Amino acid sequence: MSLGTRRTQPAIAGATAATIASLERQPGADVWKGRAFKGVLLAGVGLALLGLVALIADSLVEGAPRLGLDLVFSKGSSDPTKAGLLPALLGSIYIMGGVVLLTVPLGLGAAIYLEEYADKTRWWNRLVELNIQNLAAVPSIVYGILGLAFIVRGPADLGFILAAGAITLALLVLPTVILASREAIRAVPDSIRQGSLALGATQWQTIRRQILPASIPGIVTGVILAISRAIGETAPLLLVGATVFVTFNPDFFGADGYTALPVQIFQWVTRPQDEFRVLAAAAIVVMLILLLAMNSFAIWLRNRYEQRW
Amino acid sequence: MRLEATSPRYGEKAIFGLLAACAALSVAVTVAIVVSLVGPTLEFFRDVPIGDFLFGTEFTPLFANPEFGVLPIVVGTLNVTLWALLVAIPVGIGTAIYLSEYASRRARKVIKPTIEVLAGIPTVAFGFFALYTITPLLQDVWPAFLGDPPTVFSAGSAGIAIGILIVPIIASISEDAMSAVPQGLREGAYALGATRMRVALRVVVPAALSGIVASIVLGISRAVGETMVVLIAAGSTPNLTLNPGESVQAMTAFIGTTATGDVPTGSIEYKTIFAVGTLLFVITLIMNTISIRLVRRYREVYE
Repeated sequence: MSLGTRRTQPAIAGATAATIASLERQPGADVWKGRAFKGVLLAGVGLALLGLVALIADSLVEGAPRLGLDLVFSKGSSDPTKAGLLPALLGSIYIMGGVVLLTVPLGLGAAIYLEEYADKTRWWNRLVELNIQNLAAVPSIVYGILGLAFIVRGPADLGFILAAGAITLALLVLPTVILASREAIRAVPDSIRQGSLALGATQWQTIRRQILPASIPGIVTGVILAISRAIGETAPLLLVGATVFVTFNPDFFGADGYTALPVQIFQWVTRPQDEFRVLAAAAIVVMLILLLAMNSFAIWLRNRYEQRW
Repeated sequence: MRLEATSPRYGEKAIFGLLAACAALSVAVTVAIVVSLVGPTLEFFRDVPIGDFLFGTEFTPLFANPEFGVLPIVVGTLNVTLWALLVAIPVGIGTAIYLSEYASRRARKVIKPTIEVLAGIPTVAFGFFALYTITPLLQDVWPAFLGDPPTVFSAGSAGIAIGILIVPIIASISEDAMSAVPQGLREGAYALGATRMRVALRVVVPAALSGIVASIVLGISRAVGETMVVLIAAGSTPNLTLNPGESVQAMTAFIGTTATGDVPTGSIEYKTIFAVGTLLFVITLIMNTISIRLVRRYREVYE
């Protein structure tokens, strides 16, 4: 307390103490209400975390007897003690490949258009934006219907093949990729654009040589998150044919059917025998490990290459 | 003097066209969704009167004498959604208030990403969790005065699992809205002697209300559109009830089970998938539009 002269110091100290004392004397009810409220909030947070922990712990405990490399590298089988995940895992990896090949150019293109070229006062550009936001929240099974009516049958008429599943999932995660890429591009400051344009670069040169290199970490993060969403999606795949009982490794355009990780899990979950329940739990653990690895990689990437302007 | 490009730059124009086409593709996807839904749905209504579909109370499209009243599966969806919201709204908003008003920086740094992990867990895992963990738990703790304990497949346990599933959506959008409330409002309230709880409940929550409502509406849309959990844990009995202990069929579960069976293209069962899909699409579209509007509103106020 160094305010005031030596003579006024005691007076100021007294006033401060009186103020603090009067402020601290909150009505008792308020103090208790405040504590109770904080308790309620903490209980809410605790419940959410408990849900997460219970889900993971449960799959671990249930699936423990079948967890191991044996599970990952065995082919499908109707015998639950021998059945493995290999066809499903390969199916998922193939689908991922297809999703990346389709969504990266298309999503990035749309994002660049919306951020760098589109005149936001025009109704068609606003329509595209609103449309993408809406598409991001369309239920995944509706994409399954789209895949069934447009890609498997209908105009594209591909049949129930792995490529149809990959295209369906690509359309499903396309809005996510566009939204994430837009965020990344928007984070590049305007001065970079103006500097480049002032030096005589064309708009595309500015985008290619300045904006894209600067926003790639953000875009890659968004793509990884989109893929990890695609790995977990089950409902649309059920509609575009990924339900066939598969004991062989898949083929991109093979007509013999295919399966993917979550679909395989779904098939095992819906069987009544206990052995299949164990198998399903073990497969869930494998899928969670895969997803956590991808998510942590995305977070690491974001932190590693985060740029401050 | 006018500044002009030294050449017509056809390449630049081609690139512009290509990029615009990518953006237009998203509109094409929407058009494709609508077209693929509307065609078979119209054909469906040629066979089944629209009144019978919307207001009928019997849903047995796969029986020999089919009935196409969609109400039982709409109510089934509603039943599950109700229990989901009962879990997700208090937990989600409580988490948001805690993170935005109470948590220290370090607690936030740990809790926020952990809750986001929930959002990345595939829904089949939640289905498994509902069927093999929540249902037995509910059967154990079910109080006698509520009637019979839940069956193997129950709307309640699917609802609870979906509730946990949508907590991150509600928490993260609500928290965004709350942290957009200007600090000055909080400080003003504190200066008037308000306690932390009053600041949270009387100042921050009302100011962020449109964002909070938007998060709930989006949560409802997700719950209505969720497929795997209801398919695994809620059963497949079209059932006109709000009882959490009974097995019900949700709209998405009907689409899922029917489409995986061998339904011949063009049959009435095949068209029913599309009619139900259209209904689902319209419901979620309305919800999403409301939610996007509300989110926009709070953004405009404080920027």
